Amino acid sequence: MAVKVKVTSVLQKVTGAKVVEGEGGTVGELLTNLDSAYPGFKQQIMQDGHLHRFVNIYLNDEDIRYLDQLDTRVKDGDTISILPALAGGSAQ
Amino acid sequence: MDHGHLHIDRATGVIDPETRRSPHASGPRAHTGGSVMPAVSVYIPTPFRKFTGNRQHVTAEGNDVAEVLANVDKQFPGFRALVFGSGTEVPRHINIYVNKTEIGSLDGVATKLAEGDEVAVIPAMAGGAGDEPRRRIGALTAEQVNRYSRHIIMPQVGPSGQRKIMESSVLIIGAGGLGSPIAVYLALAGIGKIGVVDFDVVDISNLQRQILHQNADIGKPKAISAKETINAYNPDVDVVTHEVPITSDNAFEIIAPYDYVINGADNFAARYLVNDACHFLKKPLIDGSILLFEGQVTVYLPGQGCYRCLYPSPPPPGLVPSCAEAGVLGALCGTVGTIQATEVLKLILGVGDSLNGRLLLYDALAMEFRQVRIRRDPHCVLCGDEPTVTELIDYEAFCGGAFGHTNEEEKKAMDAAKAAREKAQV
Repeated sequence: MAVKVKVTSVLQKVTGAKVVEGEGGTVGELLTNLDSAYPGFKQQIMQDGHLHRFVNIYLNDEDIRYLDQLDTRVKDGDTISILPALAGGSAQ
Repeated sequence: MDHGHLHIDRATGVIDPETRRSPHASGPRAHTGGSVMPAVSVYIPTPFRKFTGNRQHVTAEGNDVAEVLANVDKQFPGFRALVFGSGTEVPRHINIYVNKTEIGSLDGVATKLAEGDEVAVIPAMAGGAGDEPRRRIGALTAEQVNRYSRHIIMPQVGPSGQRKIMESSVLIIGAGGLGSPIAVYLALAGIGKIGVVDFDVVDISNLQRQILHQNADIGKPKAISAKETINAYNPDVDVVTHEVPITSDNAFEIIAPYDYVINGADNFAARYLVNDACHFLKKPLIDGSILLFEGQVTVYLPGQGCYRCLYPSPPPPGLVPSCAEAGVLGALCGTVGTIQATEVLKLILGVGDSLNGRLLLYDALAMEFRQVRIRRDPHCVLCGDEPTVTELIDYEAFCGGAFGHTNEEEKKAMDAAKAAREKAQV
């Protein structure tokens, strides 16, 4: 099933687009599918099978850490957002 | 029927004094329709026992914390004034617990109570980093009434709200892209004391976005330039400059005297440091960050989650670029900074729904605002149930040491970013 995935500018370097579509029954499967379409995708957000701790993934508006993490089920029409921490306050 | 309810803002714990004085709020039983209210045991700390005949525990009735406190005050007149002072919200040096859980992590003074619960009112012990005596504003002068007339005529502000603004103090971390619009709007609003932390000097590359500084300020310390701009807008504002990098050694001293902290830091080390210091000092933190065309804003209230709940650890150096490396749209700073200024003004006034518990995401290219839910993480090493970070740490080491760019490093980073862009275009 196709799920919409929104990425921020940092990941757009890999996907080339702000919104991409992927296939999979869970968030983890979706990320694997996107990694095959956009090599390097997972490396930006995961290490050793775990999400980086400065990256959050939201299913619609809920953090998957509070759902079933990478096993969180996704369905057609869901939106996944991948959000890394930003540091900028632009003092420099 | 609920006409006897105190109006309580759940986010801030503010009790609306107008409702409190309403003739309907004659007593805690006024709105129960005859049903019996839960009776709870209230622990009275030593300094407050002179009002309770030296009793350590008193029994009071109420459906929630606010009602119980009102009931205690009815039994022991003067109790409430002692706890709350002349204000209408729980002062930050007082913690209220329901069965050992601080109400900040429950529903504030609206936390519901059941028969047999224990409520404890615990003041901070003397000897900590004490706040300065509160600034008190009497009647507004004719000039102030004129200056702030567009605020004062709004029912959500009024003369008393404007006085609250003028009695408040706000610390701004960074006099840069975010700090600039924050400082300008808070100055215009008449915030009593604005602290500015920045040790940098104004560079021409700042002027694409940092509206606190102008051409003539190039080479001037940013904190000084900020003070001049703020006072040029509003001479009434007391501006305190902190021309030092904020570090684990000075963070408590810098932050303690202020009511609110707004983060416009440009690096992860300062973000984690400010977050941790605000947690330990129980200061509300209004956080914002920007990059390219995107921004993130939220509010952390004491006991209700923190930056570490959202992002437990920083990215390794280099993975998430800084504004110096990747760039930032100047006007984006205005959008995000003014949202931060709006949030602190709402907290001061005790109106509206705070961004606490929500992360606001702004995408300027799509011109889209979205929100995701955030919450206190029980596993958080700082504010979770079993915290392991119990004091300020070495944040440079925590963040990989790649922060606090010198101009040389910044230049190298910009050259590298430029080379990468050119390569991408080929």
